[in-house]
Amino acid sequence: MSSLRQIAFYGKGGIGKSTTSQNTLAALADLGQRIMIVGCDPKADSTRLMLHAKAQDTILSLAAEAGSVEDLELEDVLKIGYKDIKCVESGGPEPGVGCAGRGVITSINFLEENGAYDDLDYVSYDVLGDVVCGGFAMPIRENKAQEIYIVMSGEMMAMYAANNISKGILKYANSGGVRLGGLVCNERQTDKELELAEALAKKLGTELTYFIPRDNVVQHAELRRMTVIEYAPDSAQADHYRKLATKIHGNAGKGIIPTPITMDELEDMLMEHGIIKSVDESVIGKTAAELAAEELAATA
Amino acid sequence: MSFAKESVGEIKARNLALIEDVLKVYPEKTAKRRAKHLNVHEEGKADCGVKSNLKSIPGVMTIRGCAYAGSKGVVWGPIKDMIHISHGPVGCGQYSWAARRNYYIGTTGIDTFVTMQFTSDFQEKDIVFGGDKKLAKIIDEIQDLFPLNNGISIQSECPIGLIGDDIEAVSKQKSKEYEGKTIVPVRCEGFRGVSQSLGHHIANDSIRDWVFDKLDENAPPKFESTPYDVAIIGDYNIGGDAWSSRILLEEMGLRVIAQWSGDGSLAELEATPKAKLNVLHCYRSMNYISRHMEEKYGIPWCEYNFFGPSKVAESLRKIASYFDDKIKEGAERVIAKYQPLMDAVIAKYRPRLEGKTVMLFVGGLRPRHVIGAYEDLGMEVVGTGYEFGHNDDYQRTAQHYVKDGTLIYDDVTGYEFEKFVEKIQPDLVGSGIKEKYIFQKMGVPFRQMHSWDYSGPYHGYDGFAIFARDMDMAINSPIWKMAKAPWKEGPAPEMMAAE
Repeated sequence: MSSLRQIAFYGKGGIGKSTTSQNTLAALADLGQRIMIVGCDPKADSTRLMLHAKAQDTILSLAAEAGSVEDLELEDVLKIGYKDIKCVESGGPEPGVGCAGRGVITSINFLEENGAYDDLDYVSYDVLGDVVCGGFAMPIRENKAQEIYIVMSGEMMAMYAANNISKGILKYANSGGVRLGGLVCNERQTDKELELAEALAKKLGTELTYFIPRDNVVQHAELRRMTVIEYAPDSAQADHYRKLATKIHGNAGKGIIPTPITMDELEDMLMEHGIIKSVDESVIGKTAAELAAEELAATA
Repeated sequence: MSFAKESVGEIKARNLALIEDVLKVYPEKTAKRRAKHLNVHEEGKADCGVKSNLKSIPGVMTIRGCAYAGSKGVVWGPIKDMIHISHGPVGCGQYSWAARRNYYIGTTGIDTFVTMQFTSDFQEKDIVFGGDKKLAKIIDEIQDLFPLNNGISIQSECPIGLIGDDIEAVSKQKSKEYEGKTIVPVRCEGFRGVSQSLGHHIANDSIRDWVFDKLDENAPPKFESTPYDVAIIGDYNIGGDAWSSRILLEEMGLRVIAQWSGDGSLAELEATPKAKLNVLHCYRSMNYISRHMEEKYGIPWCEYNFFGPSKVAESLRKIASYFDDKIKEGAERVIAKYQPLMDAVIAKYRPRLEGKTVMLFVGGLRPRHVIGAYEDLGMEVVGTGYEFGHNDDYQRTAQHYVKDGTLIYDDVTGYEFEKFVEKIQPDLVGSGIKEKYIFQKMGVPFRQMHSWDYSGPYHGYDGFAIFARDMDMAINSPIWKMAKAPWKEGPAPEMMAAE
């Protein structure tokens, strides 16, 4: 238990958290690490590449069928995937009803109480886009994930989300000891992406753990419900994931308390790198028609 | 202890000093906030000079309830032919089960359901996946098991609001399925508002939206109207209060077409828009719907007070003033008829109760309404306060009820109430079950003024006879002579030995 490392992947929705985490964990498994993945997203798609399955039965759906979580056994919810990686999905309600956040809390409590964390080197939580409520902050509370890796890209909103998640980490850093492990940039081929990712990491007081270049092989593997590590182990992309895994493995205890920035600072940063032009405050909130009319008046 | 010898000036000075003394114990910020809720009444003022309907301070023991209590426990619960689902985890329904003594006529479990408890008994999975499916299922089960129910209300407990369950959609859908059955979703989650008061308001609004607004205005009338149709609003029939009130109205020639909500039915709610006058007893909990009926249906409403013969007579005349001479004469006839009974009651009990002092702390209307009944017995209310009153309650209290120098305490804390009673040493405290044993252990006679201590009714002429007997029983019980503090008994044995 003492050597157990708990990490979590957070990031804006659709950024590639599940793909990145599963590839990285597959690479860690190749290094001989004993791993459990805990999917904390009602969509339950955090383990599909490990299991070659569409979606595994979730803790909450099984509990609802059986009556309550107390009626479940660990074997019912734990599936074994690639290289003996243990896979569980918390699951949750269909969109628009119930309380998915409470579901995450229920699931994690169930796993802990039933000894799912024994005999492991790594537990990795894959959490949905934003820390919208207390339930989704569960993995970063006391005695849960020690290091958070934020998956992001050079897109404005992805960086905005990364900054927001840092605020969540900061909140729990003092009470629970969670730390920011680093940023993982999943390349979107936006302008000056590497430069920006590095700049944001610096602002947040951390480092860019890895820059994963875009490669179609990821897509090919995904379609086969496989990680690149398994599908194309000799590819350059597999090598990137292995390097990321090695860096995370070597990063134990090196997480930091992040220093999130304001929205203004974030915009300034983008301006510094010439991504957005400095804005003339006098045009804010004016429609194109109004601006054209003003211009006409000025020239008349 | 009686302060009969004190002048009003002395009483005021003593009460003000007492408030100051009580506040000293609090941290500065708390003292500052609580100070606004405590006062000594000054004659001639428009209100009692206290702030009210504000959030209680965390850490104090407030006597208040929650919005769910106000809706399920007070307004909806007594509607006897409807089934009221406590929607959420089991505790709210379980611990409020049959706590109010809303008497009713009917066969429980067949056509009436007041003393039964219906709950959706939320489990973890209902929180996570939402409780709407379960709610739909419960409504089906209710239809199967209790086919003679005339309607269903859904009383929301806190989690319903937190997880955003769409109880309105379920209600509409099930209502459609059961041929337009009345199904009322009530958003009375306990965390809303500062006390049960908002629950009353929400429940009133739900009657407006889900009962009145669903009525077909063009449907043929279900009964023949008379010029003398009235509805009793805000009487919950505790121990039969509404019944001992109703007979007086009927004796004076009026026809009571509805009781809200003690011993009331859905049909009575639906009949009320046809009333000629709404007579309103508990202003606090049902003024909202009375005002609505005035605006929408043009029905005037009239506050009344049926505690003690003075107020009963005053109220009967006030109600009669809305009608013709036949009713006015009827009122006089009723007053005259009961006068000998009242004289006998007063002749018997007044000598035993004359000059006794009372401190009250209750909800709704009672902190003011019962004052007249005590005064009819020669007693004096020296302190009073509301659990969840608003400023309009304190205005009514100041203008019609309390004497100069009365101690006023809004949303009193456990500590304040104990301290006030300890220092003032009234002959009687009237409050709730949570307060009862504390004061009895202090050696102070006590009557529960929510449940009438399982006695009643207290309303009307018949009720006054019981009220007088009960107050005498509490104050003049021989038990108080037997309860002596051991340290006050005779000379200490050690002294004897030392002689």
